Amino acid sequence: MRLNADTGRCVGAGQCVLTEPTVFDQCDDGVVVLVINRPEGEAAQRARHAVALCPSGALSVTEEVDDG
Amino acid sequence: MTETASSRLTDTEFPVQRECPFAEPVEYEQIREQSSIAMVRLTGGGEAWWISGHEQGRAVLADRRFSSDRRKANFPFVSTDPAIRKRLHAQPLSLISMDGAEHTQARRALIGEFTVRRLAALRPRIQQIVDQCIDEMLTTDQHCADLVKTLSLPVPSLVICELLGVPYADHDFFQEHTATLVRRNTASEVRQHSIDELNAYLGALIDRKLASPDDDLLGRQIARQHRDGTFDRSSMVSLAFLLLVAGHETTANMISLGVVGLLQHPEQLAMIKDDPDKTPLAIEELLRFFTIVDSVTSRVATEDVRFGDTTINAGDGVVVSGLSADWDPTVFADPDRLDLERGARHHLAFGFGPHQCLGQNLARLELQIVFDTLFHRIPTLRLAAPLDKIPFKTDAAIYGARELPVAW
Repeated sequence: MRLNADTGRCVGAGQCVLTEPTVFDQCDDGVVVLVINRPEGEAAQRARHAVALCPSGALSVTEEVDDG
Repeated sequence: MTETASSRLTDTEFPVQRECPFAEPVEYEQIREQSSIAMVRLTGGGEAWWISGHEQGRAVLADRRFSSDRRKANFPFVSTDPAIRKRLHAQPLSLISMDGAEHTQARRALIGEFTVRRLAALRPRIQQIVDQCIDEMLTTDQHCADLVKTLSLPVPSLVICELLGVPYADHDFFQEHTATLVRRNTASEVRQHSIDELNAYLGALIDRKLASPDDDLLGRQIARQHRDGTFDRSSMVSLAFLLLVAGHETTANMISLGVVGLLQHPEQLAMIKDDPDKTPLAIEELLRFFTIVDSVTSRVATEDVRFGDTTINAGDGVVVSGLSADWDPTVFADPDRLDLERGARHHLAFGFGPHQCLGQNLARLELQIVFDTLFHRIPTLRLAAPLDKIPFKTDAAIYGARELPVAW
């Protein structure tokens, strides 16, 4: 999976940071920052939950074909 | 409106007042079972679509074809109070009424103040405030208190005052006027008086900060706008008004109801006392269970929008019932069961979409510190009145308790 963040849509609710702080952060202005865009394991699971919780629709997931 | 009175599912006027904090109004369940979207009559007059399903509620609130502009015709008002309407037209558009790019820009100017990291830095100070309130409570020889007066209201009020830069010494003044504003049956002229008083007070405060900017939220906003040449006094008053009112009425009510909920479920309270790591998730369930703000999440359709077999026409009013959505049994099984381990993060207690509560993570932090501290410091805390003798705010736009007698 690859995470995408549309910073133009972000409203800084902070739900993502609350859900998975190893993947999501906020810049000083409050807008989402992706710390990692291809999380794995449990972090990936929680990142998906964060995407579902995002109120502004700024976050999305692109499924990728596994190279391995 | 496309539907006629004859096709309405019920003659009940919505929203319906709650009779007790542990149940949604029975009419909510009845209408939700028939249809997640239905045309209803409103308590304040007129008609609107009542969105009672969780999925549909989220969809409406995330959909930018629905406007938040409270000045628009057909915007579903709970109140027909001319004072509220006058204020809407006389004052600059409040953040909660803005749409699209204008809203994004205004909200962007504030979100840096509410980042998770920035709020985490407030934790020690909030802890200190909570400890001081509890110290004060424990000085009484009677071993009883009104929790609203001693803890629920002072904690969020002190926190928002410090954050905004409003002198807490004036709290009696603005708490009283805020309570008047959110009471549904306040007479129009009384409400207008409270609005005028608060506006005058905040205007004077902003003038002082303009002359000598303090390092607090309002001071920083004023300084920034002054620098950019965008400063507008009445917009700043409107912002201060919104943050001050939203910042203490809501959290105060959640503290009181949360304490009631936890004391009524001692086995679950014991669980979070044993493991405070469980408190954050427990708070999400308390937020869902009580969903204290039920009908602020109203909109007006700006285009025709289809939901299954139903078409919401451009110009129709829409009320998303947060309480009904959060008691939707297809999303939250046995919604009347308080289950602190449920995992209820997707509740609509803070709304959804671009307007989702700006202060939600401040509220979460305050609730966490209050619950963790209160039940540890006063383990014998109990309600000092039977549930049916507690004056719950059945007449307020924000549900809560007017008084909460506790003993230990």
